[in-house]
Amino acid sequence: MPRAIPKYTADTKLNKRGRPAFSFTAVKRTIGLVTEFYPRLFPAVCVLILFSSAVSAIPALFTQKIIAIIGEWTASGDWEAAKSLIVRQLMPLIVLYVLSLAALTLQTQVGAILTQGFLDKLRRRLFDRMQDLPIRYFDTHKHGDIMSHYTNDVDTLRELVDQSIPALLRSGSIVVVVFFIMLWYSIPLTLMILVGVAAMMLVSGKLGGGSARFFVAQQKSVAATEGFIQEMMAGQKVVKVFNHEAQSAENFDRLNEELCENARKAHAYANTLGPIIMNIGNILYVLIAVLGGAYLLAGLPNPSISGMALDISILVAFLNMTKQFTGNVNQLTQQVNVVVMGMAGAQRVFELMDELPEVDNGYVTLVNAEIAPDGTVTEADHRTGHWAWKHPHGDGTLTYTELKGDVRLVDVDFSYVEGKQVLSDVNVFAEPGQKVAFVGATGAGKTTITNLINRFYDIEDGKIRYDGININKIKKKDLRRSLGLVLQETNLFTGTVMDNIRYGKLDATDEECRAAAKLAGADDFITRLPKGYDTQLSNNGSNLSQGQRQLIAIARAAVADPPVMILDEATSSIDTRTEAIVQRGMDKLMEGRTVFVIAHRLSTVMDSDVIMVLDHGRIIERGPHDELIAAKGTYYQLYTGAFELE
Amino acid sequence: MLKRLAQCVREYKTPALLTLVFIIGEAIIEALIPFTTANLVNEIKAGVEMREVMRLGVILVVMSLLSLTCGGMAGFTSARAATGFAKNVRHDVFHKVQEFSFENIDKFSSSSLVTRMTTDINNVQMAFMMLIRIAIRSPLMLIFSIIMAYIMGGALATSFVVIIPVLVFGLLMIARKAMPAFRAVFKKYDRLNESVEENVRAMRVVKGFAREEYEKGKFSAASDDIRADFTRATRIVALNMPLMQLCIYGNMVFVLLFGSKLVISSHGSIIEVGQISAMLTYGMQILMSLMMLSMIYVMLTMSAESAKRIVEVLDEEPALRNPVSPANAVADGSIDFENVRFKYSAKAERYALDDINLHIRSGMTVGILGGTGVGKSTLVQLIPRLYDATEGTVKVGGRDVRDYDLASLRDAVAMVLQKNELFSSTIAENLRWGNANATDEEVVEACRLAQADDFIRSFPDGYQSKIEQGGTNVSGGQKQRLCIARALLKRPKILILDDSTSAVDTRTDALIRQGFRDYIPETTKLIIAQRVASVEDADLILVMDGGRIVESGTHEQLMAASVIYRETYEQQTKSAANPKGGEE
Repeated sequence: MPRAIPKYTADTKLNKRGRPAFSFTAVKRTIGLVTEFYPRLFPAVCVLILFSSAVSAIPALFTQKIIAIIGEWTASGDWEAAKSLIVRQLMPLIVLYVLSLAALTLQTQVGAILTQGFLDKLRRRLFDRMQDLPIRYFDTHKHGDIMSHYTNDVDTLRELVDQSIPALLRSGSIVVVVFFIMLWYSIPLTLMILVGVAAMMLVSGKLGGGSARFFVAQQKSVAATEGFIQEMMAGQKVVKVFNHEAQSAENFDRLNEELCENARKAHAYANTLGPIIMNIGNILYVLIAVLGGAYLLAGLPNPSISGMALDISILVAFLNMTKQFTGNVNQLTQQVNVVVMGMAGAQRVFELMDELPEVDNGYVTLVNAEIAPDGTVTEADHRTGHWAWKHPHGDGTLTYTELKGDVRLVDVDFSYVEGKQVLSDVNVFAEPGQKVAFVGATGAGKTTITNLINRFYDIEDGKIRYDGININKIKKKDLRRSLGLVLQETNLFTGTVMDNIRYGKLDATDEECRAAAKLAGADDFITRLPKGYDTQLSNNGSNLSQGQRQLIAIARAAVADPPVMILDEATSSIDTRTEAIVQRGMDKLMEGRTVFVIAHRLSTVMDSDVIMVLDHGRIIERGPHDELIAAKGTYYQLYTGAFELE
Repeated sequence: MLKRLAQCVREYKTPALLTLVFIIGEAIIEALIPFTTANLVNEIKAGVEMREVMRLGVILVVMSLLSLTCGGMAGFTSARAATGFAKNVRHDVFHKVQEFSFENIDKFSSSSLVTRMTTDINNVQMAFMMLIRIAIRSPLMLIFSIIMAYIMGGALATSFVVIIPVLVFGLLMIARKAMPAFRAVFKKYDRLNESVEENVRAMRVVKGFAREEYEKGKFSAASDDIRADFTRATRIVALNMPLMQLCIYGNMVFVLLFGSKLVISSHGSIIEVGQISAMLTYGMQILMSLMMLSMIYVMLTMSAESAKRIVEVLDEEPALRNPVSPANAVADGSIDFENVRFKYSAKAERYALDDINLHIRSGMTVGILGGTGVGKSTLVQLIPRLYDATEGTVKVGGRDVRDYDLASLRDAVAMVLQKNELFSSTIAENLRWGNANATDEEVVEACRLAQADDFIRSFPDGYQSKIEQGGTNVSGGQKQRLCIARALLKRPKILILDDSTSAVDTRTDALIRQGFRDYIPETTKLIIAQRVASVEDADLILVMDGGRIVESGTHEQLMAASVIYRETYEQQTKSAANPKGGEE
């Protein structure tokens, strides 16, 4: 199978300035998705965030007034008189606090529901989309890369929705509110703060931008080290057998040193940024205090929205706002950084979503059929044991063709990658009940032929007919339902043995499954398992032997009972006794069906009706065993072991 | 457990301790800043002395710069200490695994070792960094802030007496309720990801059986289940924010109300306006520190599990040790098993090998046949001392294998494992695992013998062709032949092939054996095989069943005496491709 190089690597791309490349579309699409999933809830949560954070920015207004009151009454010391005034200021503040708390509680609770709901819907959409992708996608993408969409990339989106967007809204609204309050009190002081903040952002931008480079270097180091660890742990026994421990450890130490160095740089940057920003904030605070004090003392005019003259109560409130303002501006820039770094992951999620699903223009369907003694086929609404192709025609008429299992490939050409012909002029005729075997070296195109019959891939030229119908007209699902499949590599699912057999026919009764297992020769060992058919399988049936897993796969195909079977023989060696059982199971399964066998050993081939010898995508010899042996050609050489089969 | 990990700090003790010093410095300054700020505000309020304002301003700027320096330095030293610590842990674990015997490797699966060396160590590194940066800083900040608050605010600080316990209790309750919920859901989440992996791997089956809709349904149910659990867990944690905010608001109202009362009724003599806003700042600092502490509590308990898993590896005793005064030279390739019994673990009920008595002369070719799990691989693995016999003695070159230096023994005994691996580098580099100093000629010669030279030369880059991770870019038969060549390069006294030619065609298989006979006649050869043809011409054939040698002899002897052997032979020659069973 051709394997393409993955389209992207896990590391973030950097632009010329050493910053991560950024795309707005990914952010827009993420927000679009959340809105699509939660058209009312999401805006509601946003409003709640804006409200609760705006309220938390307001106290400055009240503290200023209270401090002014204190200033007025300190001299007289008449607390009783001041008390009612202060309480009058505090009351609305308390009301606002209560509202803000309520909004915050509601928002965080609903936010939790929304985030997890979003993730659930996102995962499901990804998974649903993935199920509809053509096999080509899975053949050309590394499984590890596909998996990382579900783990790393989805996690990036979670962070975005769960943390970054709320934080941006929160800080953003606080910044805006505080900014206006500042303007309300004093325009000159506000301008001073703005200048200071600009300086602060310049520094953090310089530092933050520079750090991206180190984070990418760290990621690369991590990937290299983890790859090495994976390989060495898998091959640890080989390492022992070859006394290779010291070299292996030495290679590891080198990678480990490098990782440590890169990680240190990245972390050092991240760790110092916080104190730097915070203390610039502190210095700014002092500057405002001193400059503000000087301003106050100098008695300069104080242009402001409120028109108030600058006094100590305003200055104190202003100083508190300085901290709030700088703190939140920092939050904003930090979150923007997080979003930028994370966008690569989001982008990949959308790439998977944008993959084009398998196209299916088929309109011929498979239906239950009643077959009259005279051969006329009529559709039935229940299981009859007979099937027919229901074929609607352009003129509105319907015809029914009995499902027999006659498969013909006529002049078929195919290539996985344009220009690299894999199959040329392939002609295969399989009549119902016939057994057709393909032999040939690795890469000769054996597996490719079966990939075409069930339309995992579409042919480039020529025709494939199934019971006389061009398979392009048949709905893919129905086509595949009519073709049984036992693959080279056995894949079982987590679940019981029974579940795994039933995978072949979801509505099969337990008895049907048992019968299929008996036919496959699997019943014997299954009943001897501790829990029999209810034995739980996990990790691709790792608790079973290779042969046992194959037997279950055969039973799974048997329960589906299709008229046509595709058998791709296992290459891995199993012991002779089990192999004999598997062989018997295969033989039973083949009885009475049209069978395509891809042979890796010649044991299954000899009794075939016709053997196709493939070489570089062409059929170079065809005929039954005896004829081919007599011809003393390639097949003869293969048979006598002169060529490698696998 | 923590003690064991602490040993990994080693040369990074200095940066770790320096971090603490800097952090303490930073915390002290940070606690003093609001205090000084309060004075500054009071000075401005007093409104007379600009000089005094400037003086305090300069002090504050200096303090900020000091705090910046301390914080920055702590950032550097902590990064150095934490990544260095992680490096040492990784180093120790990796080196430890190198000491592992097969028994130890079997105990931890390779994937679990990978997780321990990646995810778990990352967790521990983060925890260590947290520990030295925040776990010290937060309590310090807490204490300093409380002290300063009392010094400055006096009675005003009583608000903390109420607020701190409320917050601590609340945070603890949340953490304790949330943690088990998260742990449970993380496990489920792992399983969900495993099921996706399963689906991707089995995509041909899914599509072949047209089960796309069924798979979607299965996934939806699992994903929804996780959503419900996750929502429950996150909703608990989501209470943190409102709780925190409640405390901040409560403190504010209290300070504003009673602060103003204190100022006014004392004519500003007990506290002044500046102190009120300082109290608000201290309040924030105290509550933030508590919040941090609860975060650390959660993080440390979460990473404790990772620490445990790492220490498990570090504390694992290698099952095999070199003898005190080992013998280095292996005299010849003779092998003797004397009353050998073996089981994989002391707890196992059944012996994997029982009653093995076997004497193989140097230079013999021995074939071993038998079904899966009858003990063939186990038997040969005792020879290079990959496992130790539970009872009895295994001798090589007339000496107990336990007397040899392990490396010398394994140099003399080359073994091609059934589950073999090539590594991602060039073919030549892979082959030189057998002998790092082999000349090019020697490499080619070994490959000729293993029938690998031809196909290697057919690759565009020949011996410099890259092998991909897991050896996925060569066929099964090619991989097996490369592995044989690699073993041959050791020029071993004993060569063991554990089902190593199963994917090689019969003719090549025969050529390889012919080469063994012609070129390395003095090497003892043990060949485990499924095909009778692969061992037919051996000097001695062993048939194993149930951990015992049930039949032994030459091909002719066994054909005459053993029913199982004859039946297997006939079945194989009848059905499978075989040079002698064809129609020649």
